[in-house]
Amino acid sequence: MLNVSKIRQQFPILHQEVNGYPLVYLDNGATTQKPKVVIDAIQRYYEMQNSNIHRGVHYLSQLATDEYEASRETVRKHLNADHLHEIIFTKGNTEAINLVANGFRALLASTDEVLVSAMEHHSNIVPWQMACESSGASLKVIPMNSKGELDMKAYESLLSNNTKVVAVNHISNALGTINPVKEIIQLAHQASAAVLVDGAQSGPHSHIDVKDLDADFYCISGHKIYGPTGIGALYGKEEWLNKLPPYQGGGEMIATVSFKETTYATLPHKFEAGTPNIAGGIALKTAIDWLNDIGLDNVMAYENELLEYATQELAKIEGMRFIGTASNKAAVISFLVGDIHPYDMGMILDKLGIAVRTGHHCAQPVMDEFCIPGTIRASFAVYNTKEEVDRLVEGVKKAQQMLS
Amino acid sequence: MASIKEIQQDIIDEFDMFDEWMEKYEHIIDLGKSLPLIEDAHKTEDNLIKGCQSRVWLHANKEDDKVVYTADSDAIMTKGIIALLVRTFSGQKAQDIVEADTDFINQIGLKEQLSPTRANGLVSMVKQMKLYALAFQSQN
Repeated sequence: MLNVSKIRQQFPILHQEVNGYPLVYLDNGATTQKPKVVIDAIQRYYEMQNSNIHRGVHYLSQLATDEYEASRETVRKHLNADHLHEIIFTKGNTEAINLVANGFRALLASTDEVLVSAMEHHSNIVPWQMACESSGASLKVIPMNSKGELDMKAYESLLSNNTKVVAVNHISNALGTINPVKEIIQLAHQASAAVLVDGAQSGPHSHIDVKDLDADFYCISGHKIYGPTGIGALYGKEEWLNKLPPYQGGGEMIATVSFKETTYATLPHKFEAGTPNIAGGIALKTAIDWLNDIGLDNVMAYENELLEYATQELAKIEGMRFIGTASNKAAVISFLVGDIHPYDMGMILDKLGIAVRTGHHCAQPVMDEFCIPGTIRASFAVYNTKEEVDRLVEGVKKAQQMLS
Repeated sequence: MASIKEIQQDIIDEFDMFDEWMEKYEHIIDLGKSLPLIEDAHKTEDNLIKGCQSRVWLHANKEDDKVVYTADSDAIMTKGIIALLVRTFSGQKAQDIVEADTDFINQIGLKEQLSPTRANGLVSMVKQMKLYALAFQSQN
């Protein structure tokens, strides 16, 4: 079992007042807070290890390189990838998707199709739109039902020999839906299409096993998994990563350079041009280790408890409308109350020291689908408590009273 | 008619009566509710100022040498702030609007409303009001 108060003690940021109230941080879908060990790892890097990696022969450079590469191994293990060189460090989840989508520009023909789901956030839509625009391929959308679940029948009928890529999220940031990615991948592979899974939201909430899923690409974000911002990782199957052209040119990604011709480095360096976020990479290891120490099973069980409790308590509020009621859901609750605009609700909750996200969550098509301007979203992390859920419920009631 | 500066001072005095944020917010909400709605005909895509969070419609008209604004928003807090801006600028001379400073929003304790991410079109709203005034001014 989790000792939540012990976990909370490890997060310095949680112990402050906002607008005169103890902070209730429920915007974990946007970014999670960082435990002290992660903050310390960043500080330790700059105080004791700072040096450029893969280049120097000197002590510090070797030290930093070793730590950075140890982090790659941690990510590999965490995702259960076969090879270390299948893990590419990126500046985040968005860059990981862009790396893949950009590579596909060269591989897509004008008769080809790319499928994305109706519940993607902009990061998993726009890069594909751009890839389609420059290659002439078409972008098709897998629809969802009113509960916010993908329409798998429609998905099957959209798949064809023309489908080259399917890009879906593992967990929807706006709705909390956990998608059946294993099934999605199996079906795509029957049509010989590659699948990119956007794992921005799944990282902190669930086990990821790229081998079991048979994912061709899987992206994770460091800052959503209790790690620093500016670091993320892309898993890609070796054969696919070898097929994709380099994303950016520069140092590190080359084998030889002359003015006549440049040859590229082998994986993973082919995709890692320039000096990376070394501190972030190193601290990402600390974050993943920290999470695994608590145990993902414990985290998932506890977050589910919070989800159930919050759903049950919020449902008691008159006019409460949940957006996204999938049967398989992560600890994300998107809602509206009566006719109250999400922005108004968010403003008042903020004044009560409660941080939620309001708006379209960078997933405008999802909001269009439900014909709403946006939602209020409470997304939970392992350090949240039932008392905080109570504060949210009280806050929503207070705001409702003021706004109606 | 009172000058822009005088109106802003009135608003500051009005908000000074409230001690608590909650009362200030309630006042803003009331103002939002009482804002005369923009005519439907003017609630067009062209008049829409898009923010990340809520939508704002703004229409400007020139009557004699004065600029008259009407506005609306789908969020009531935003609407309340707009009501203050309309009260400040509507019926004023174009040149005065162009030259006016809008720090009063900050002074009434709603600074967060001005920050770019929370602005919700508010900064763009002031900018748009000034642009209309500038356009009218250059017609003279």
